[in-house]
Amino acid sequence: MNKPLRRIAIFCGLLVLALLVRDNWIQYVQADELRSDKNNRRVTIERYGTPRGNIIVDGKAITGSKETSGTDFKFKRTYTNGPMWAPVTGYASQAFGANQLESIEDGILTGNDDRLFFRNTLDMLTGKEKEGGNVVTTLNAAAQKAAFEGLKAQGGKGAVAAIEPSTGKILALASYPSYDPSSFAGNSTTTDTDAWQKLQKKVNPDDPMLNRALREVYPPGSTFKVVTAAAALENGLYTDADGKTKTPLPWTMPGTTTVLKNEGNIPCKNATLRVALQYSCNTVFGKIGSDLGNDKMLEEAKKFGFTEELYTPTRTSASVFSDDMNPSETALSSIGQFNTAATPLQMAMVASAVANNGTLMKPYMVDELQTNNLDALERTTPEEMSKPLSAENAQILQSMMETVVGDGTGKNAQIDGVKVGGKTGTAQHGVDNSENPYAWFISYAKTDNGSPVAVAVVIEDDNAVRDDISGGGLAAPIAKSVMEAVINSKK
Amino acid sequence: MSSTTNSPTHHTSTIGAIGAPSRRNTELALLLFAVVIPVFAYANVGLAINDQVPAGLLGYGIGLGLLAGIGHLAVRKFAPYADPLMLPLATLLNGLGLVVIWRLDQSEKLQASKTFVEAAPRQLLYSAMGVALLVAVLIFLKDHRVLQRYTYISMAAALFLLVMPLIPGLSAPTYGAKIWIKIPGLGTLQPGEFAKIALAVFFAGYLMVKRDALALASRRFMGLYLPRGRDLGPILVVWVMSILILVFETDLGTSLLFFGMFVIMLYVATERTSWIVFGLLMSAVGAVGVASFESHIQTRVSAWLDPMREYTLSRTPNGDGLVHSEQAMQALWAFGSGGTLGTGLGQGNSDLIGFAANSDFILATFGEELGLAGVMAILLLYGLIVERGVRTALAARDPFGKLLAVGLSGAFALQVFVVAGGVMGLIPLTGMTLPFVAYGGSSVIANWALIGILLRISDTARRPAPAPAPNPDAEMTQVVRP
Repeated sequence: MNKPLRRIAIFCGLLVLALLVRDNWIQYVQADELRSDKNNRRVTIERYGTPRGNIIVDGKAITGSKETSGTDFKFKRTYTNGPMWAPVTGYASQAFGANQLESIEDGILTGNDDRLFFRNTLDMLTGKEKEGGNVVTTLNAAAQKAAFEGLKAQGGKGAVAAIEPSTGKILALASYPSYDPSSFAGNSTTTDTDAWQKLQKKVNPDDPMLNRALREVYPPGSTFKVVTAAAALENGLYTDADGKTKTPLPWTMPGTTTVLKNEGNIPCKNATLRVALQYSCNTVFGKIGSDLGNDKMLEEAKKFGFTEELYTPTRTSASVFSDDMNPSETALSSIGQFNTAATPLQMAMVASAVANNGTLMKPYMVDELQTNNLDALERTTPEEMSKPLSAENAQILQSMMETVVGDGTGKNAQIDGVKVGGKTGTAQHGVDNSENPYAWFISYAKTDNGSPVAVAVVIEDDNAVRDDISGGGLAAPIAKSVMEAVINSKK
Repeated sequence: MSSTTNSPTHHTSTIGAIGAPSRRNTELALLLFAVVIPVFAYANVGLAINDQVPAGLLGYGIGLGLLAGIGHLAVRKFAPYADPLMLPLATLLNGLGLVVIWRLDQSEKLQASKTFVEAAPRQLLYSAMGVALLVAVLIFLKDHRVLQRYTYISMAAALFLLVMPLIPGLSAPTYGAKIWIKIPGLGTLQPGEFAKIALAVFFAGYLMVKRDALALASRRFMGLYLPRGRDLGPILVVWVMSILILVFETDLGTSLLFFGMFVIMLYVATERTSWIVFGLLMSAVGAVGVASFESHIQTRVSAWLDPMREYTLSRTPNGDGLVHSEQAMQALWAFGSGGTLGTGLGQGNSDLIGFAANSDFILATFGEELGLAGVMAILLLYGLIVERGVRTALAARDPFGKLLAVGLSGAFALQVFVVAGGVMGLIPLTGMTLPFVAYGGSSVIANWALIGILLRISDTARRPAPAPAPNPDAEMTQVVRP
């Protein structure tokens, strides 16, 4: 009986060997994959196992961590003034994951980033508890407050984006209606899940979790005329602000029998660029678009940042300017209608490039990544993104935009002792323009030390009538208070 | 038993019978390690979870030491030539199991469960009962061949034990499988664990008598010995029994274990490879056949093929009427998160597995907290027990002892394979306990008894034979094997 016994011994050995091989497979070969699987709760447990680092604005943390009594997670994220800062921070929820800065800089905030390895090792040796690093943003608390309060007071859906033109630092990024990320930061199946579900788009048509400043594209309406004017100047179609343009009135769009209308009875016949921008003449800018053609318009729009997603590091949606349009469609697109659509940040970039004498700086909102004891790990340096127009042309456009505020549709944005340039806009949308129009205002302020701020405001409002005054009436006051906040904080 | 008297001279490759050292001091030294290692592990858990040496350390150390000591004294007195490795190996596994069960008792997540009870103190009690049974086996079972007398009683007992979970009033189905019974006031019992031993006794006794008929009366066909139709009877009966277990108790593990054990013993008894081929074919037919209509088993198989899908299904109510469990995926995550060296005892999150984390899934906690290194060590410990068992079978001088030893060791190996393979996703998951380590009274007690029987057989095998009395008729009474 011993021969089969020896074979059984080998068989049992093979069983154990199979187990050993399988164990090596799951614990060595596949270990990393299993360990970091997004459904593996250990990932979240680790994320909330130590106090999370903070997101900082103007030297003050706008986030926090508090100890919880839960069985899994030791700490929970808290937010100071959550709804106001939500478009900047995003959320970090034990139950629902994280997004935007909270997700992008998760490595720093949890302290797991490789750059913190040395620090963590030191902490371990000295017996200190692991802590996350901080993310210092470029935002300006006063400007953000002005933007958010302005939108809130206005009451409609809307967004504000403000940039420092000389660097591209994002100063304000507000979206309304907003949400409080604290409300679902935990993992309670009652309160947190409830709060989360109430914020979902399918339950809440206002879609409060949408970051309108970065992720929603709106037809920019007349504010796009700034881009069209820049294209006219850059392509030498017209060379100064005060020469007459060749614009008949009425003007029939090429290839059609449709007459492009102006809003009201305004002096647009052969109007100068300055007058055309001041009164927001559709005919003048529509004709410029059709004269230049799709390619040249697209080229200029691209220089301002259209058609590309941007990482601030939070991703923005790509703004739209089509590449397959006939002259009449190009004409409509050049006055910010037809397919043209832009994020609020994109329109702030337009104003910013003009204010910065033609140079567009890449917008960013993370200034510095720090260790938990405030040593800098990485600093963002301002970076030139493109040069949509020459310094001379930029100055011509500035003088035109300043006329709009000084003596045109944007009077509501005037600030004592500060040069302000801007452009209003009201955009129709929906089938047969059936939905609420958008009131737009883009502007920049200019002091002796250059331009400290460029801003774009958009408001969706059923009170916005179809004339351009709406942009000036609803959006310009918010832009003004944001600019004032920035200027005051620099004093 | 004529064939036993001459067998030692044939087994020159196995342990020599004359003058074999008892190795009791080796056993004692190994036992020291088997007690000290879990005590350190226990301290480790306490330090990791509460930052202090656990209050119960001394009691635990003394308890485990006492169990090991009593076991050792009993072996020294009643089975002095027994295998020196088995007792220390079983003690080490039992001790480590206790530590990990205690560690899972500390989990707040498991404490929050409605069915939570402190398992470690109970497991310590079960271990004590197990060692007591081991001692009883050593004292009262002077010679394992006595068991041969109870061949058919064992069969009846095994059948009764297997049927018990189906008796209304006793039955306590848990998560699909019906392998538990309820004893009012005492808790639940898995009679299958005891049936394992009873069946091994029955198969050994039965096959010893029938093996010649089964081995020799056969026709050769395509290189295989085909058994006669009437000799197929026993294997068919066991096969049908396994199928019935699978159908009525919906337990693939137990079914596979019993059938596998029978095939192994049949093969050893008859030395006919054809039985293995038949066994594999029959178990394949049986398993596939039953799986084609039993939804519980289908779920297990689909969870094995795609644990991630099963995890998603368990999270989203889809109304397909099946019970989906995320445990298979949770166990894999636990293993993966442990990596090569593990998180350290007390520092993992294997409590995410939830229900049965300290019983069927206990290996996952070893995987996460002791890592690949720890699990490989545990698997090798099991491997050693099995190989010592098979070695005992080799050394045994009587066919009944050989068959019983290989049956018990083979069943033990299959059980470890089925449980560990299931938890690690090598084969579909079945509800069985990892011997000695997993929480569960029946399992611990039955396995200590199993070790007791193996110790008894090995003692008999290694005991120096009395010098043969000079036999004047030696030339004339040579045994001719039939």
